[in-house]
Amino acid sequence: MLDNLKEFASEFFVTGDPLILGAQVSIALTMIAIVIVLTYFKKWRWLWTEWLTTVDHKKIGIMYIIASLLMLFRGGVDALLMRTQLAMPELNFLEAEHYNQIFTTHGVIMILFMAMPLMFGLFNIIVPLQIGARDVAYPFLNSMSFWLFFWGAMLFNMSFVIGGSPDAGWLAYPPLSELSHSPGVGQNFYIWGIQISGIGSLATGINFIVTILKMRAPGMRLMKMPMFSWSVLSSCISIIFAFPILTVTLFLLFLDRFLGAHFFTLDGGGNPMMYINLIWMWGHPEVYIVVLPAFGIFSEVVAAFSRKKLFGYASMVFAMIAISVAAFFTWAHHFFTMGSGANVNAFFAVTTMIIAIPTGVKVFNWLFTMFRGKIQFTTPMMWAIAFIPCFVVGGMTGVLLSVAPADFQFHNSYFLIAHFHQVLIGGVVFGYFAGLYYWWPKMFGFKLNEHLGKWAFWFWNIGFYVCFMPQYLLGLMGMTRRINVYDFDMGWQPLNVVSTIGAFLMGIAFLFQVWQIAHSIKFHKKDTTGDSWGVGRTLEWSIPSPAPVYNFATIPVADERDWWWEEKERREQGIQPKAIPLEPIHMPKNSAIPFIKSLCWFTAGFGFVFNWLWIAIPGLIGVAICMLVRSFQYDTDYYIQVDEIKRTEAALRGAN
Amino acid sequence: MTYDTESPYHELLDEEMKSVRPIKRYLVPLLFVLVVALLSGCSDQIIVLDPKGPIGESQKDLIYIATILCLIVVVPVIVLTGIFAWRYRDKPGNNATYKPNWSHNTKLETIWWGIPVLIIIALGIVTVSYTYKLEPSKPLVSEKKPITIQVTSLDWKWLFKYPEQGIATVNYAYIPEDTPVRFQLTADSPMNSFWIPQLGGQIYAMSGMAMTLFLQADEPGEYYGSGANFTGRDFAQMTFKVHATSDAEFNDWVKEVKSSSPALTEEGYAKLAEPGSAEKQAFSSFPAGLFESIVTKYAPGGTHHQHGSADMGMPQPPDPGKQQQTASTADNHMAHSSAGH
Amino acid sequence: MAHAASHHDHDHGHHDQEELKTFGFWIFLMTDCILFATLFATFVVLRLNTSGGPTAEELFSMPGIIAETFILLTSSFTSGLAVLSMQKGDKKGLIGWLIVTLALGIAFVTMEITEFVHMVHEGATISTSGFLSSFFTLVGAHGLHVSIGIVWMIALVLQLARRGITSVTKRKVTIISLYWHFLDVVWIFVFTVVYLMGVM
Repeated sequence: MLDNLKEFASEFFVTGDPLILGAQVSIALTMIAIVIVLTYFKKWRWLWTEWLTTVDHKKIGIMYIIASLLMLFRGGVDALLMRTQLAMPELNFLEAEHYNQIFTTHGVIMILFMAMPLMFGLFNIIVPLQIGARDVAYPFLNSMSFWLFFWGAMLFNMSFVIGGSPDAGWLAYPPLSELSHSPGVGQNFYIWGIQISGIGSLATGINFIVTILKMRAPGMRLMKMPMFSWSVLSSCISIIFAFPILTVTLFLLFLDRFLGAHFFTLDGGGNPMMYINLIWMWGHPEVYIVVLPAFGIFSEVVAAFSRKKLFGYASMVFAMIAISVAAFFTWAHHFFTMGSGANVNAFFAVTTMIIAIPTGVKVFNWLFTMFRGKIQFTTPMMWAIAFIPCFVVGGMTGVLLSVAPADFQFHNSYFLIAHFHQVLIGGVVFGYFAGLYYWWPKMFGFKLNEHLGKWAFWFWNIGFYVCFMPQYLLGLMGMTRRINVYDFDMGWQPLNVVSTIGAFLMGIAFLFQVWQIAHSIKFHKKDTTGDSWGVGRTLEWSIPSPAPVYNFATIPVADERDWWWEEKERREQGIQPKAIPLEPIHMPKNSAIPFIKSLCWFTAGFGFVFNWLWIAIPGLIGVAICMLVRSFQYDTDYYIQVDEIKRTEAALRGAN
Repeated sequence: MTYDTESPYHELLDEEMKSVRPIKRYLVPLLFVLVVALLSGCSDQIIVLDPKGPIGESQKDLIYIATILCLIVVVPVIVLTGIFAWRYRDKPGNNATYKPNWSHNTKLETIWWGIPVLIIIALGIVTVSYTYKLEPSKPLVSEKKPITIQVTSLDWKWLFKYPEQGIATVNYAYIPEDTPVRFQLTADSPMNSFWIPQLGGQIYAMSGMAMTLFLQADEPGEYYGSGANFTGRDFAQMTFKVHATSDAEFNDWVKEVKSSSPALTEEGYAKLAEPGSAEKQAFSSFPAGLFESIVTKYAPGGTHHQHGSADMGMPQPPDPGKQQQTASTADNHMAHSSAGH
Repeated sequence: MAHAASHHDHDHGHHDQEELKTFGFWIFLMTDCILFATLFATFVVLRLNTSGGPTAEELFSMPGIIAETFILLTSSFTSGLAVLSMQKGDKKGLIGWLIVTLALGIAFVTMEITEFVHMVHEGATISTSGFLSSFFTLVGAHGLHVSIGIVWMIALVLQLARRGITSVTKRKVTIISLYWHFLDVVWIFVFTVVYLMGVM
């Protein structure tokens, strides 16, 4: 009996590596510490009522951001482990198995569990405030999206300590990801972790499309809407077209592995090339899904800190929509080398290049927003300015990759690695950092320390170039991706060492950011104006920071593009806004169902990972029960009375 | 919205002159020198830009053309970013123009929609013509008859078979210089990608189908090759050297392998195909039809076979009919793509 | 739930909310369209890959399929009648037609399951060939959608019995009838692409 148990445990838990053992111990200690702290300070009820069951978009947004920063930490540690191995391959710091797991989890985590939730966090906090709404269209569904993401991410990360991580690359091409070549449970964790959080992403897409189309403040026509909201709209439109494809693709891979179906297998008439097509039909739009909101953020930040109107608004909107449409017609450029023939390659090469046009236009518009402005070098603006050269070079190497016959020489080499890190870090991460710094005071009511922020900025930027510029050269020197050792004769080591140094500089930059946040929490100066930077142009800056639960006591008629900027000018001239009488505000009630239902999904997913139907089926039944319970609930909302609004507003604006 | 009628260019130019500080004047050339030094320091190791065959040569030209076209936009953008950030910084004493409501100028916007469109048209034309010119299955123009090498990606080693010579090798290959080589690629493992950077670009090696890749070495030498698409645990071990030699040396090598190496049997192949890395090996012969049987391994007899396993096996020089078949592979892909969309 | 436009009076607020949910459901149906489109695409790619197993012609018995088709089309019609009754404020008629729709839906699912069981007994399972994998997945996904619709409709009938026709239940009936019509349209594609093209 005991021996059986021991045997089971040694298979169930990932064992044998001191690195992993250390991680397991620290995870266990962290969890114990959290439980102790919560119990000691009697915070369990607070956690449950204020956070776990909340449907408030601002709190959900904050939870997304916290989760994504934790994931950034884990994905970053993965990256540093890989870089350490590549700088000194002869030391065998990571065995091939571990290396393969780590690059797989690094990719999945950075795209799906870091970039996506950070993006959703910013959507959640800013979009309703920016368009003058009291919440998103479906607050209950919004909470569900978050918890699905959260439990999906937990399931995926669990593979690190239980059962073993996936190791077939971040897109898990079959037949490598099939049972025939990956018999372990790692690939199941991959499928279910992404599947569960992917459903949440899809729901978020729907939620924000409806929010933006239907809940704008009176007078805010679409072409008067702030650019960030436009970028969210175009990103969400891409989500609703792309994510169902991901859902199906992963489900088919699951059927292959679970029921022995033959969608992507080599035998039985399966077709692995079909998977590669399908996954990129989602995967390519996915990169635009994460980069478009970054474009929106830059548009806001550049205009705000140049203290100038955004240049070429209509062009910007058109370019963004063009990008999100064109993104669906380029997927095959990820496998020019499949031998699809010259016709196919020529078509996809040209469609890919076409995307460069609207992207280039956007860059020029940002530049000419700065032209004849009054530029303040705050941290958000610094990220925005650093983005431009970085993204332009990344875009250029992207165009080089789109030249199909040249891609035969770049494909799967470090040139490609350098390219997509440059657009994803230089575009997406820089963008989200700009947004995070810019809107941080709106979320928490105080600014992050600018001094430490600038240290972080320079470490990130220098680290970035030191890390990735050598990788372009490495690619041209023939170094291919996903190798953990290489031949010393190839002369790759010096540049790899340089690259690793750069990676560690970025690691230091992250530590500066952690320090910056901790320092600012302790020593911040409370913002009392609501317009924390003094340069706000859009609706969110017209209300107190952090915004009250109902956001707007009264919703203004925002019929200008930079409504708050114009309003400030009017007020300076002594024109006071017309007072709108207060009315009771209709708000959604908190609900525990999203949390519980997502936990049930997690349970079901966990059961499917190990083929334990006795866990999976109860999990699915739990999901069904949650849905039915919700369907029978009619008492889901309440009113905030005028008196209470008055009290809240007086307290928040009293300092004025 | 304010429409600015006066042209901003002249003023812009003036400001540009004023704002470039001495230090920047030195910084840019200095960086340039550094990059050039770095590049020349290891230029013989930048193998993609040091091709030794016609395909790699054309691809290098294409890379240069595309880079130059892109730089037409990239350089001005980077320079402008620096200039604008410097010129319009909000510092006391900076008396640059400030026009907070200037947000639209049809002329300017036409310029920066127009220039990228022109560049992309130019690049598109170049790309499309090269795409047809460098289609990997297109035979190379040469007076010499091409030699065929059948390449199989195994877990985790490369098997090269010379059907005309009747020999086989593992993890290294010899080719005669100045002779087109017709690689036929397949896999008895997850999808890999066959890449010899100095000869030319890569093509996937996939189970159930045979892809054609024509390459040629213009001079003798030892060329690095590897698998470029991840196939599992010991994927990093899948590197090999291609030795390009004179015809005479090549023939000598074939003779030597024939006389001194063991034969590859069916069982030997089965053992070789087992997951694991391998040392260099040579075989004096291999079972007849081995490559064809690998390619058709998953095709059930008599039923429809979807992978369009074009131009399997036959060691004859390519004929127009073969191209037809390759084209049908392409159609097959297209069907997936368009159906899926 | 969410509050669209507070400057409206409260009843209006409720009204807007229900409209908002219907609008969102349309968008959900778009995503579901893409889900089915992807499944259709995989089916089209794999439908000839029988891998030595049975082919479509050998497997499908058209009379049963045609009967299923008629049952589902009729249920779509009866769900339309339910909405008409609702608009007339006829609670009994509404519940009655929903129950008829339910019965037809259950009949459809039962026939489909019988068909599947029959195939499995003949040795045609999801793991037989690429063709059958994609067949069972596509048709099964549709069947699963119908089954979910059935459970949902039962829940809705209970709610209607208890609460009558209100703005909330009205919206719920509208949505489920949209869903039901959508599944009907998908089935027409299934019938054409899978069955008709299979036996022709």
